[in-house]
Amino acid sequence: MSKKTFTVTADTGIHARPATLLVQTASKYSSDVNLEFNGKKVNLKSIMGVMSLGIGKGADIAISAEGNDETEALDAIETLLKSEGLAN
Amino acid sequence: MAAILKGIGASDGIAFAKAYRLMEPDLTVEKRGVTDAAAETERFRAALKKSESELEVIKEKARKDLGDDKAAIFEAHLLVLNDPELTGPIEDKIKSDAVNAEFALEETANMFIGMFEAMDNEYMKERAADIKDVTKRVLAALLGVDLPAPALIAEEVVVVAEDLTPSMTAQLNREFVKGFTTDIGGRTSHSAIMARSLEIPAVVGTKNATADIQNGDLVIIDGLQGEVHINPTEEVAAEYQKRAEAFAKQKAEWAKLVNEQTVTADGHHVELAANIGTPADLDGVKSNGGEGVGLYRTEFLYMGRDNLPTEEEQFESYKAVLEGMEGKPVVVRTLDIGGDKELPYLNLPHEMNPFLGFRAIRLCLEEQDIFRTQLRALLRASVYGNLKVMFPMIATVNEFRQAKAVLLEERAKLEAEGIEVAGKIELGIMVEIPSTAVIADLFAKEVDFFSIGTNDLIQYTMAADRMNERVSYLYQPYNPSILRLVKMVIEAAHKEGKWAGMCGEMAGDETAIPLLLGLGLDEFSMSATSILKARAQLKTLSKADMETLAAKAVEMSTAEEVVELVNSIEKK
Repeated sequence: MSKKTFTVTADTGIHARPATLLVQTASKYSSDVNLEFNGKKVNLKSIMGVMSLGIGKGADIAISAEGNDETEALDAIETLLKSEGLAN
Repeated sequence: MAAILKGIGASDGIAFAKAYRLMEPDLTVEKRGVTDAAAETERFRAALKKSESELEVIKEKARKDLGDDKAAIFEAHLLVLNDPELTGPIEDKIKSDAVNAEFALEETANMFIGMFEAMDNEYMKERAADIKDVTKRVLAALLGVDLPAPALIAEEVVVVAEDLTPSMTAQLNREFVKGFTTDIGGRTSHSAIMARSLEIPAVVGTKNATADIQNGDLVIIDGLQGEVHINPTEEVAAEYQKRAEAFAKQKAEWAKLVNEQTVTADGHHVELAANIGTPADLDGVKSNGGEGVGLYRTEFLYMGRDNLPTEEEQFESYKAVLEGMEGKPVVVRTLDIGGDKELPYLNLPHEMNPFLGFRAIRLCLEEQDIFRTQLRALLRASVYGNLKVMFPMIATVNEFRQAKAVLLEERAKLEAEGIEVAGKIELGIMVEIPSTAVIADLFAKEVDFFSIGTNDLIQYTMAADRMNERVSYLYQPYNPSILRLVKMVIEAAHKEGKWAGMCGEMAGDETAIPLLLGLGLDEFSMSATSILKARAQLKTLSKADMETLAAKAVEMSTAEEVVELVNSIEKK
């Protein structure tokens, strides 16, 4: 399993468009991808799961992936978070 | 069978086309047991596929017509549709409970909707609506019924609906939607304002449109008289053909006035300006001969999105409007949010009396970051045209002083940064709270202009919520109490050498115009489509005569007597 942690820097947190982008990216991979925040863990391929966390600016989140393309999945998500200025 | 419905003419003109009901079909779900869970799951997946392709079509259409921003919502809908946390439990339920897909879908969706609705965050609550939207589509596919898809209308129609919401109107194709009629609403409801800005005839508040009109019925919308004819006889149809032609001819007559000044029969000039919401509305202002923008409602910049617009985005819009008006006056109203206009992403607490609550300038003076960003954008744009800034919902002189001080601070900051700002920018206020109208003489010493916002001034003066149909009889623009307040405001302005305008619905109203002219109003700001008609009317009126009329009107006891008085005038 691969896992990385990030701090959310986007003013609006992980809402609407950022959530859409994250789910779209995670869904491209066959690995299970999860998002952890505040002791709760949700499927990163689920838009409702991601939005239900209500992640705001400054939140510490962890993303983990498990499966045959877990490294690629995690890399793609990291690239997205940084290029969109969502988290670092 | 031929039938007639009476309603309120919300937008002038005559339309004749087939009815298109913008209505929800019956989506009632029954619980059924199933023996072949695998087949039921397949049926569910097929419904998902069908919904997905429908959403793709709507998304593409939205992208083309409305831009990427508005299409993003359908992008999110597609993700909800394929959300494993939603589809997984539904498929599990079909198997474990041996129930039909419709029931499993509804139960599961309701659980999520309830969860999101219970969240202590307006934004999250709105997501419940997304889930509802999406599951409704899948449910319709399962039940084999069609959801209305106004974006996909491809023949000339008249839309029939209970009411039209902003999102529904955004989906209407102007090329094919020739008019509409609704069960509820009045002249100032959202649907009515939209109809005027789209320049399509509309009759609202018919009570029975959706009950009496079926898909495919031939319908005449008479926006002039507020009548809807269903499957008219040949005689009536022929009569309307004539009326439509006469109206087109009259419009052509009015169109000749597009480049003329607005001058009364006795040579007095008044300014006819337009109310706009976005830079795109400028086309309508120009084609209708607007002499300025009397009200630029900036809240549209803030609505239909999930974060505040940046200074740069705002600057671009303000600049576009100022440049587009080529030096003609542009009155920009600073953010007027709250009341019936909400911004979910601001997470403002729900209020018992939003119209009397934390809104407009009250919010801006408290949340100064929002206010300052807007003022900076405005000040930077000021060099591109003739900008006038107006603060909404001013109740006290102190509020105006505070708002002005913030503006002057931002001006000083910009100038210190070496950014150019226009030398003279007039600062005015909306007069929509009676306390302000009553001491207009004191305000007039400090402001550069007044603009009377009649929709709110009437509701606050009469203490009657304009959204409440049961007290709608109190919405009385011609009530002498309102006329006297208007008179006080105009006289106070003139005494200090300032000007007074009006930007409510009343300014474009045929019955009000003679009175307002007589009371000395300098600027009339209205829906762009009302301008030419108003200009034609003003050309026939003598200001001196209207002064006499207005002096009589303010001495009348009731609104009915005032209307009777106005109707008695001979046109010169």
